[in-house]
Amino acid sequence: MSGRRRFLQWLVALLFFPARSIAKEAAAKGSWYGFGVAVDRCIGCGRCMDACKAENDVPREPFFVRTWVERYVVRKDGTTTVKTIAPGEEAVPDPAPDKSILRSFFVPKLCNQCVHPPCVQVCPVGATFRTEDGVVLVNPKTCIGCRYCIQACPYGARYLHPATRTADKCTFCYHRIGRDLLPACVEVCPTQARIFGDLNTTASPMSRFLRMNRIHVLKPALNTEPKVYYAGLDGEVR
Amino acid sequence: MNQELLRQLGEALHQVQGFIYPNEIEIHWGMLIVVYPYLTGVVAGAFILASLVKVFNVKEVQPIYRLSLLTALSYLLVAPLALVSHLGHPERFYEILLTPQPSSAMAMFGFVYAWYLMAVLLLEIWFVHRTDMIAMAEERKGLMRGVYRALSLFSRDTSGRGMEFDRSALKAITVVGIPSAFLLHGYVGFIFGSVKANPWWSSVLIPIVFLFSAIVSGIALVLLLYMVIAPLTGGKIDMMCVDRAVRFLFYAVIVDFSLEMVDFIHRVYQSEEEIKILSELVVNKLFMSLVIIQVLLGMLLPLCLIAVTMIFRRRFSLNEDLRKMLYFVSLILIQFGIFATRWNVVIGGQMFSKSFRGLTAYKLEFRGIEGLLYALVLLVLPIVILAGLLKLLPPWKEMHGES
Repeated sequence: MSGRRRFLQWLVALLFFPARSIAKEAAAKGSWYGFGVAVDRCIGCGRCMDACKAENDVPREPFFVRTWVERYVVRKDGTTTVKTIAPGEEAVPDPAPDKSILRSFFVPKLCNQCVHPPCVQVCPVGATFRTEDGVVLVNPKTCIGCRYCIQACPYGARYLHPATRTADKCTFCYHRIGRDLLPACVEVCPTQARIFGDLNTTASPMSRFLRMNRIHVLKPALNTEPKVYYAGLDGEVR
Repeated sequence: MNQELLRQLGEALHQVQGFIYPNEIEIHWGMLIVVYPYLTGVVAGAFILASLVKVFNVKEVQPIYRLSLLTALSYLLVAPLALVSHLGHPERFYEILLTPQPSSAMAMFGFVYAWYLMAVLLLEIWFVHRTDMIAMAEERKGLMRGVYRALSLFSRDTSGRGMEFDRSALKAITVVGIPSAFLLHGYVGFIFGSVKANPWWSSVLIPIVFLFSAIVSGIALVLLLYMVIAPLTGGKIDMMCVDRAVRFLFYAVIVDFSLEMVDFIHRVYQSEEEIKILSELVVNKLFMSLVIIQVLLGMLLPLCLIAVTMIFRRRFSLNEDLRKMLYFVSLILIQFGIFATRWNVVIGGQMFSKSFRGLTAYKLEFRGIEGLLYALVLLVLPIVILAGLLKLLPPWKEMHGES
């Protein structure tokens, strides 16, 4: 290979280094975790939000959440109203005679654990990182609290923990899944609207969920490649 | 738990319009992040103004050459203070330089900043003042002699060859300095422009818009300082210098305004899914700061005022005092306009939800680290530092046109 060609290759590699350094492909061996949401099954009971706050020391106040449930009401005139279900509050059904409602449904949200996470890309100190098994975590010991990751997350999944003053978000309950337990929100879901598992295991509930449903992800145009997969997602949901 | 924060968020909660994600009630980048690009903008602009003398040989602007450089330095020293104070863990700020993530624009910015401070600004100021510092070390006694000796890095060479070297070094540094100044503020724009999650920021034009608004704010501020400082120190305002610099400012404002219009038209023409919420943002939340202060008062009105002086100066030999007054008003308006630009980008970009379904609110507190008081301190601090620098490295001879 000529020196010039080697130099050009080196130059191109240097240019794409930032992208390469974060865009690791799915682990061929070992676990590669994903999350499924069956939109039609969610009843908006909010137990997942309670369980998450209790399990992960998330402040009880409504301004800090790792996971939440949105309620969509689409009316015949084309208007859509969205609200977040308050944790611990039972969803009150709309009065039956309201015939203006075309359809109404709940959508659970959480960190999308992207394959190309913008939060990892922008973190100036590498405090936000992706593990080998595809989970994006924050190291509170090195996070400087600049909040660039919060700005970069297109899904509003991050917040600044008021006690630690560092960025925080859903970790798929990493401390639990390492011990073969399910994430807290998945465990308490009474309707199995939340599914979790290893995408590299063909027989896992997660792989079955992907096989059996038509799947969408949120904001696909941003090329973040989320690993939270939605079945039965309405076009109104962003 | 921070009770003050909870109280603020509770208040903001009542002002939310439509639907926002639950984590979006808190505006994460507040007043300090508005101040920060304003400060770096002044740095880049002041340096570009200084380079007019050295690189483009605009002799009329010579009286404000040293003032520009010292202004750039004083603002550059304060700029990171705004960033560091804003961190959740300010004591860990050095991690950006020690363990930087190569993919992060913010991490790389630390190096751009360091390069600009060390390799451009400090070096240029040192070469400009080297012989003066040697002379002052001779004149002064006691502690100040030691200070000037140390500042001149114990250089003693005042020979013709030495001064010739200073001149060529200065030229080389300025030539490197112009792209560096562009890089410095272009990079601040890039930090915002590269956030693809936020369509108000995410635009390739943002770094360029930032750059031109930086040039505008820097030139305007140095001129403003000159028009205040020169009479205060017993000199006279050199109107040739001001006229020429204002002319450059005029063109810079036109370019800045055109770029912003291109950005605006482009967004409206493309009309992507976020256009509805962005137009609601402009109409409901930013009308005063964007339409009135930034565009009408901060750009169009000063453009008109300067245009009046340019047109009528020759035709009706516009009175010098009247010209001074019109310039002075324009320069102040431009400062407010540029500050409003920073506000509209930083705060405006966080007032709409990434769900594109609602708007949140921002209430500026008076006290506290993100409050108005601390922001004012950061805005005044560079002037205080500048006063110290002017005392240490006085530019009066040049400023009053005596040399």
